[in-house]
Amino acid sequence: MTTRTHAPADALDEAAERAFRLSVPALLGCTALLLLAILASATQGAAGLPVEGVVRALVGALPGVELTQTLSTAQEAVLWQIRLPRTILAALVGASLAMAGAGYQGVFRNPLADPYLLGVSAGAGLGAVLALGFGLDLAWGPIAALPMAAFIGAVLAVTGSVLVARGSFRDPATLLLAGVAMAALFSATQTYALTRLDETRAREVLSWLFGRLATHGWGPVTLLLPYVLLAGAVLWLHARHLDVLRLGDDEARSLGLSPARSRLVVVGAATLITAAAVSVSGLIAFVGLVTPHLVRLLVGHSYRLIVPLSAILGAAFLATVDIGARTLVAPAELPVGVITAFVGAPFFCVVLWRRKADS
Amino acid sequence: MTTRRLHPAHALRARDVRVSFAGSEVVAGVDLDLRAGEWLGLIGPNGSGKSTFLRSLVRLVPRTGTVERGDGTPPGPTDLSLMPQSPELPPGMPVVEYVLLGRTAHLGWLSMESRADRRIATDVLRRLGLASFASRPVRSLSGGEAQRVVIARALVQQSPVLLLDEPTSALDVGHQVEVLELVDELRREDGLTVVAAMHDLGMAARYADRLLLLERGAPVALGTPEDVLEDTLLSRVYHHPVHVHRLDGHLVVLPQARAPHTPVSAPTPLPARNTTEVS
Repeated sequence: MTTRTHAPADALDEAAERAFRLSVPALLGCTALLLLAILASATQGAAGLPVEGVVRALVGALPGVELTQTLSTAQEAVLWQIRLPRTILAALVGASLAMAGAGYQGVFRNPLADPYLLGVSAGAGLGAVLALGFGLDLAWGPIAALPMAAFIGAVLAVTGSVLVARGSFRDPATLLLAGVAMAALFSATQTYALTRLDETRAREVLSWLFGRLATHGWGPVTLLLPYVLLAGAVLWLHARHLDVLRLGDDEARSLGLSPARSRLVVVGAATLITAAAVSVSGLIAFVGLVTPHLVRLLVGHSYRLIVPLSAILGAAFLATVDIGARTLVAPAELPVGVITAFVGAPFFCVVLWRRKADS
Repeated sequence: MTTRRLHPAHALRARDVRVSFAGSEVVAGVDLDLRAGEWLGLIGPNGSGKSTFLRSLVRLVPRTGTVERGDGTPPGPTDLSLMPQSPELPPGMPVVEYVLLGRTAHLGWLSMESRADRRIATDVLRRLGLASFASRPVRSLSGGEAQRVVIARALVQQSPVLLLDEPTSALDVGHQVEVLELVDELRREDGLTVVAAMHDLGMAARYADRLLLLERGAPVALGTPEDVLEDTLLSRVYHHPVHVHRLDGHLVVLPQARAPHTPVSAPTPLPARNTTEVS
């Protein structure tokens, strides 16, 4: 993408050339990190798999590559039917939440924004509680009821927030407050419904609320993948708008951008991707909040870097953290959301502490 | 940067521009015929509607009335660029990226800056002597440097009419002159038309071809600085007696002190207070 045919004239041209552009080393570094995380996650677990065998199996699966396989049939089955679907799901959920977090932070010009801001979490939670509570936790034809209910709940809550703000994407503060109100309403309903459930079901709901990545096969991955590709592309293509919005609405408008329209598109894409992620994995805290900050710290403040790199790093982070969820209290499992918060919160504190010290 | 010739499209015409906030009129019927390449100074006391008028021209506030370019078409973001009074300088944004954002109006909904866009930005940065600042974060600049960077962004927008909202309000006198000279140079060389809201009447008289005096949103005088800066008119509009003097060929507006300043000679005792005892 950045093949240069001639050396730039001077430092200014070079700076202009670099402006808003993803640097190749940063992209390669993050991708390498993601591949490492996927490999680690694929090999670690109740039954450890040999690293070399897994690498051979993964590389051999690429089209046009022939390699001698060293994994046993049982190990092959573990890799392709259990380990890899879960690893890829973790990576997709991590990428979704991190990208959505970046989108929300850009749109609301607020570093504290996370993907659950407009009530996604409370809406999805209520949907899940209702689905489980009323015995809808059976697969209903090809569509599993719980993810469907969570997705609908999430989209309803955000739609509610937008309607309360009178559909205005001009005034982010009103939208934020509407989100707070809507989240409170949905959480209260969810808590009430939870108290009406028997203990087994209530525990199931709670474990879902803390985030879980347990999967059977590739179903959730194929459910989530189209959203990640589509909404991810929309978010990436609108990253330039988020950079203009950093100047504030007035200046963005006088530069010829419509902040309301850009905000509508970005909030829409970020909400869809979050709702889809939440519906297959429950609520996983901190990935969406922390990852964009990590990118800012490491690479830069432009959303044209933050959106794609957050996706890659968010994927790597969740895939890595999920290893802990599976192995720390084996044979039981920790909700992955507990670990992301355990790792994410102290990390965030360190970032804030250092930033304060710098200024 | 291509040198622009004076073109009728660089002119701007406004008819009966009105802006109301909550029922009260803040801009009350301004008519204006801007000639291509002229500098119009907007003057008037605080709250007279200078900023709002400028903002209404680029539709940051809803207005009524008509605004059109010299050829009769409505102006867009590639015709008018507004330099806000206190521009937002985003944390972590280098100067070159800040200036490149000025190209926004020239880009399609999903397109990115081309090589030509980057070229325009580097040309403007070189011209304004900002080449060595390119990688500096905008937040790290001094007031004068930042103002030049904001002007650079407005120039990159390549619109023939430059709207400046108090361009020098945060600057010391040396930097004020530097910024205004720069704008004047750009006006002469590129044929830019300038509308600048200005507080300093002396500076306004020095740089503007014509002055428009606003009082509570309504135009009360429009003409050359010699015509508009007149003792009785200014004293009435600014609610304070002022005198206009001519010094070395420049107009200077001096306010009359309300009362002679008397320093406090003896310490005044503080009034007695109820004191609570602290144990």
